[in-house]
Amino acid sequence: MIRLPLALLIVLLTGAPAAWAQSPPGLEDVGTFGTADGATVLTIRSTTDMDALTPALESFAVRTPGLKIAYEQWNSNALYSLSLAACDGGADHADLVISSAVDQMVKLVNDGCARRYESAATAKLPPHLNWRNELFGVTREPAVMVYNRDLVAADEAPRSRFDLIDLLRPNESRFNGRIATYDIKTSGLGYLFAFADAHQATTFGGLLEAFGRSGAVATCCSAEIIDAVADGRFLIAYNVLGSYALARAERDRRIAIVYPDDYTLVLSRAAMISRGAANPNAAGAFIDFMLSGEGRRALTTARLVQPLGNKDAADLGFPDGVTSVFRPIALSPVLLVGLDKHKRKLFIDRWEDVLKPGPRSRTPRTDVRLQPRDP
Amino acid sequence: MSDGLAPSPPQPRALSLTTRLAVATALILSVGAVAVTVAALTYGQQASREAYDRLLVGAASQIAASLKLQDGEMVADIPVPAFELLALARDERIAYRVVDQRGLTLTGYDDVPLPPDDVTPFYEADFKGEPLRIAAVRQRFAERAFSGTVTVLVGHTLLARRALAWDITKGALYLLATAGLGMAALAVFAIYSALWPLRRIGRGLSERAPNDLTPMDIAVPREIQPIVFAINGFMGRLDRQMTAMRKLIADSAHQLRTPIAALRAQSELASGEDDTARLREIVGRIHTRSVGLSRLADQLLNRALITHRTEAVARDRVDLRETAIQAAAETDQARTAGAETLRLDLPENPVWVVGDTLSLTEACKNLVNNALKYGVAPVTLEVRESGAQAELIVADRGDGIPESQWAEIGERFQHQGGRAADRAGLGLAIADDVAKAHGGRLGFRRPAHGRFEALLSLPLAPRGAA
Repeated sequence: MIRLPLALLIVLLTGAPAAWAQSPPGLEDVGTFGTADGATVLTIRSTTDMDALTPALESFAVRTPGLKIAYEQWNSNALYSLSLAACDGGADHADLVISSAVDQMVKLVNDGCARRYESAATAKLPPHLNWRNELFGVTREPAVMVYNRDLVAADEAPRSRFDLIDLLRPNESRFNGRIATYDIKTSGLGYLFAFADAHQATTFGGLLEAFGRSGAVATCCSAEIIDAVADGRFLIAYNVLGSYALARAERDRRIAIVYPDDYTLVLSRAAMISRGAANPNAAGAFIDFMLSGEGRRALTTARLVQPLGNKDAADLGFPDGVTSVFRPIALSPVLLVGLDKHKRKLFIDRWEDVLKPGPRSRTPRTDVRLQPRDP
Repeated sequence: MSDGLAPSPPQPRALSLTTRLAVATALILSVGAVAVTVAALTYGQQASREAYDRLLVGAASQIAASLKLQDGEMVADIPVPAFELLALARDERIAYRVVDQRGLTLTGYDDVPLPPDDVTPFYEADFKGEPLRIAAVRQRFAERAFSGTVTVLVGHTLLARRALAWDITKGALYLLATAGLGMAALAVFAIYSALWPLRRIGRGLSERAPNDLTPMDIAVPREIQPIVFAINGFMGRLDRQMTAMRKLIADSAHQLRTPIAALRAQSELASGEDDTARLREIVGRIHTRSVGLSRLADQLLNRALITHRTEAVARDRVDLRETAIQAAAETDQARTAGAETLRLDLPENPVWVVGDTLSLTEACKNLVNNALKYGVAPVTLEVRESGAQAELIVADRGDGIPESQWAEIGERFQHQGGRAADRAGLGLAIADDVAKAHGGRLGFRRPAHGRFEALLSLPLAPRGAA
């Protein structure tokens, strides 16, 4: 693996220090794997931390002689905009796009930006992880609660959303102002989880109210939230992506993790081959690799595939008996609802009304229904 | 007659019944198959269109119901179940758009094509390179802040529709193929069993003894009965002809034996006679006998001819007046001029019967000859219509045949042998045969004292018959 500081890379690529200013917003990291001057170049754009995916990328590169993998790590909104632009002919195509913002990926596929791919491995995917043979769920990451083991006793820690609501109920609760979750306005993943919560169970209304009353903090980014919990600035973080939390918990004993036992959302990062992919075969081969035994092992090591229950970890489906607890976010056009302009605005308005700190003028409006079943 | 016996020229082999039936059945089955296939395709398409159109309308209606005014703006709070409904067609791409009456997109895809007019509930259009079926649901608002119609457009790509339509059609086609095979098998069985009676008739005929001309007694379906009837009719005619021929030969032998024996006796007598006067007398008797014998032979041959013709010769429309004139002419020719005269009494209009001119003329001649020979002049030949019958009447002023013999006139000749006194019987027998062969009869009557009539009564020809 060749890794350069991003600024240096861009300077090298463009040959001018002035290019620093032109660094595309949202591009977080780049790297290449495999044969440096390989005849075939596989371009992958992803929201996944390159560190997490490195074992899989290297292992795949070894299996495929003459292949050079160009990996770009983007934030989800930038990746979505870039892919949409590429789809409309306004930007270069990546071969493979992998994003945790699966709703945006569904939108890209719905807009006809993806290329069909069928193989023995994709055919074995359960229906909720394969949409139209164009979008594939390749990871398995639960949304978890994280708490600080030093500051919260194990028997006090919430096991479910009901516990969390109960903890926040007393007026003088010590958790007031010390619960964190994603800011759904800036975090696509946070929005996705919150929107899924709103349609999974009736607890969401109560939870949101409890957050509002206790002054919960909406903030950005998995890493920052987990840091803050470790530092003790927050006691509990809600709906954190399990892959980050588990990786951190391994290194930091202060971090403890809870899979809510009322239900646990499970996210599968979605991969699609761009319609204009220059190298769709290599992209398809990488999807197959991620679904293969060796790929699953690499992803499991990186915490991108969580063994849920104790059944075969390579199986992307859910083992019997825990199905009622684990709720996969299905790759389906239903996710388009959350991206709707009006729906999103209504949802975020409601969220901010409750969570924005300080006095703010509430705009009069009609009822915003966030119940799972609208009439 | 000779034409009928000539070997018929080789006919081109006609298409076999099995082939005809098989071709017809195959044709019917294929036409049916095409019709059912078209129907299945149409039905499949319609059924799948209706099924998926309901999803579209359901989703669009839910979205329309979620429309509301917020801060003076029309806002769609799209319910998740609306899209869950659409996602029932798992692999379809979804297009949706909410537009106000100015055509301004409130939310959804800007590039979903608008409906062609204000009333169309469903239409098809292209969306991002794929054909789309779109439902339009319109919601009217009359509020202070917003007045007008908001249109909700919800569209699906067509994969599932096509798959379902094909599934339905495929099911129907499998059924059709099975039914087709079944029907073909049944058709084979039906053709075989329908042709079975023909094979039975063929076998029945070939198994017969060569001289067995009795009617065939085989149970056959109604449709094939005409063939059996025709065969039986043919055999009946053959049988009658054979019988007549045998009778004729027997009669002729019987008739000729006596006069020939007499001739022989006379000639033997003559050979041993020295006296010239006696010899002359014997030769005179031989001559008389020979003349009688030759007339008998004539009449026997005539009868044979008539008997043959009644069975074998095609019938024409015959004007009985012409028959009478012909008979009169031939009678006159045969007789010496100035002998007993024959009067003709004919109507002005033709009297049509269906029959054989020669036989009828012969019968007529026989009656006239009898009257001229044995009756009392004047002899009248009259033709007239009486009801549905045509009548040919030969009348004279004599006593005629005794009434006791009228009934057996046809038989009499056979029973009594060929004596000269009975020659009249042979002529009458011929007339009787002809009458019967034409569906009529020979009758006698004595309408007044001193008048005797022999009457040939025949059915009139149907009007307009050939």
